[in-house]
Amino acid sequence: MPADQPLVVVSKSGSKRWISAADTAARKLGLKTGMPASKAQAMVANLNMVDADPVADAAAVERLALWALRQYSPVVAVDGLDGIVLDTEGADHLQGGEDLLLSGMVNKLRGLRLTARAAVADTWGAAHAIARLTSAETTVVPKGDVAKIVVGLPIHCLRLPADTIQGLRVMGIETVGELSAMPRAPLTLRFGNEVGRRLDQMFGRVAEPIEPLRTPELVEVSRNFQEPIGAAETIAKYVGKLVVQLSARLEERGLGVRRSDLVIHRVDNTRQSVRAGLQKPVRDPRRLTRLLCDQIEKIDPGFGIEKMALTAVMAEPLSEKQIASSLIEEAVLDVTPLVDILGNRGQRLYRMTPVASDVPERSLRRIGPTDDETGADWAVNWPRPSRLLPYPEPIETLAVLPDQPPVLLTWRGRRRRILRADGPERIFGEWWIRPREMQAVRDYFVVEDERGERLWVFRAGDGVDTETGSHRWFLHGVFG
Amino acid sequence: MTHARRSRVIDDLRDRIAHLEGGASRKQLVLPFGVPEIDQRLPGGGIACGALHEVAGGGSGTVDGAAASLFAAGIAARSKGKILWCLTRPDLFAPALSQAGLHPDRVVYCEGDKEEDVLASLEEGLSFGGLGAVVGELVRLPMTASRRLHLAAERTGTIGLVVRRWRRQTEASDYGNPTASATRWRLSVLPSEPLPVAGVGRARWLAELMRVKAGECAEFEIGAPDAKGRICLLPVSRDGSNTKAWRGSRAG
Repeated sequence: MPADQPLVVVSKSGSKRWISAADTAARKLGLKTGMPASKAQAMVANLNMVDADPVADAAAVERLALWALRQYSPVVAVDGLDGIVLDTEGADHLQGGEDLLLSGMVNKLRGLRLTARAAVADTWGAAHAIARLTSAETTVVPKGDVAKIVVGLPIHCLRLPADTIQGLRVMGIETVGELSAMPRAPLTLRFGNEVGRRLDQMFGRVAEPIEPLRTPELVEVSRNFQEPIGAAETIAKYVGKLVVQLSARLEERGLGVRRSDLVIHRVDNTRQSVRAGLQKPVRDPRRLTRLLCDQIEKIDPGFGIEKMALTAVMAEPLSEKQIASSLIEEAVLDVTPLVDILGNRGQRLYRMTPVASDVPERSLRRIGPTDDETGADWAVNWPRPSRLLPYPEPIETLAVLPDQPPVLLTWRGRRRRILRADGPERIFGEWWIRPREMQAVRDYFVVEDERGERLWVFRAGDGVDTETGSHRWFLHGVFG
Repeated sequence: MTHARRSRVIDDLRDRIAHLEGGASRKQLVLPFGVPEIDQRLPGGGIACGALHEVAGGGSGTVDGAAASLFAAGIAARSKGKILWCLTRPDLFAPALSQAGLHPDRVVYCEGDKEEDVLASLEEGLSFGGLGAVVGELVRLPMTASRRLHLAAERTGTIGLVVRRWRRQTEASDYGNPTASATRWRLSVLPSEPLPVAGVGRARWLAELMRVKAGECAEFEIGAPDAKGRICLLPVSRDGSNTKAWRGSRAG
């Protein structure tokens, strides 16, 4: 189906057919959702019409919610017919903050050829409304600003039945602000208590917990408490018991956990969650308990916890493996447990590996801390400085062209007399990476000043041809 | 006679103190430098495993810590097992560590946002056990924090190395404050070995052993770690008096 042709989805109820969704091209031609299908056909020739399939739509939204559950947040649910809702609290820092979480999610969905709108707000109601009404792809409502923003929104975003909305419109109410200014009693008398409930949910006056999505194949264990618990030691004790149960369940299925969520239900009907990710599938109860208990301080028990549930959100096959006895050969120590502990605290862990490039800043690449050992090492014989500046810094020098090292050098306001130098080590630009480097040349020198401090300087250009560089000098690193 | 008896009394006292310190039951392992002149100045004949060691640069090395980190890399390279390198400023250039004998497969970097993260990662790495050495780059090392790190290292026998580097050269006076580390080094650069031809020779450092538990301070002129992480002792340079004067102005 060509992309530039207008496409609409048609819903059917009895003999009535109307447009339930229209793409950008169709909307440009003036087609709107809710318009009768026959009118649309009259307006646009060759209109592509697809029959709506609500069951398949719901299944797709649920698949999307499951994807979000694995990737982003422990508490995810389907929101209405066309959305998903996530509790980002305690999960956004893993993606680098709310802004990055949203834009990353929208970009990933765009990669799947889906157009998405995302919003973060203090309440489910406000986020639901803003995501559906704004034209911006991502919106982050600062904490505490919900009340100011939602007053201007139209009332149809309140998740109320259509006839209630119609009735309110008849009364002349158009925005949420107007509705919230009305006396509550007559409204309840006329429309039932749904209006007041939705309003309170939007402003965050009543809690609206998200019932997290779970599928039968997710391994989950939970424990209810007769008396609410709150002390850190007690929580740790029951986390340990839950982990043992979870490991036993995982063992039955031959799985190991890659990502596990501990969801805590408090007595005031709010939920909190703690997530632990692992580099490799694991079902060792001690390691998993350690990772979860590390984060106990993030849990606010409030008036007490009445239920804890532990889910293996992401599980991968893990088979038993025979380990060679330490008598036969020296065991190679696996650092994965340490990497998991530090990684769950938000530290960035990586290893450096060589890249076949002569340009110093491109000669190395970060890889995962537990990736397979490559055995590769840098193949340069020239000395390399132990500190490399993030960007080469321009320096003032006194040097004889074309191939002499500088005699005097001023860097960061200090003048140095150069007594000894080594070089030049000529490095050519990599035109296959950046076409502008076709002729670029850098001549690197190791220079030593009168105090013995050794610096790594280079001249852009070969000293003869100005095509190869500006002939200015830069400092790129400091030797020990 | 009296001398022998006194030394016996002192030995006896030392044993009792060691027993009180709790280290008596364990055999203290050391990692020798392989340079007898340096090793005999260190208790046990080398860098003690299961202890914390501090390294800092002198002069402008207080800010960049280039020599200090290479010195630490040389020690780490001669240990066995993986290395955890905790830092906040990712300006360490891995090829240089590789040239000091530290293969890139052995080093896991742990980058945190704050100094406290580095301290926490250091402690976690030291108490993990089984790592060869744990290196951390820190500005401040309070007594309490260093004590925790030292205890964690003592439990597992991992070498803890703290590379101190400050934001400004004037802040380096902090290095005089007491910490629980077993040895404290200051590495300053000296003009490199003169070569018969033009060029820069092997880097020459002045390694000051500023503090050592149960030992005396000393200073050595050493050559930078080679491809196996080994340092060597160099003959004292001719302009030794000059460097002394320069150091004198810096001390304090």
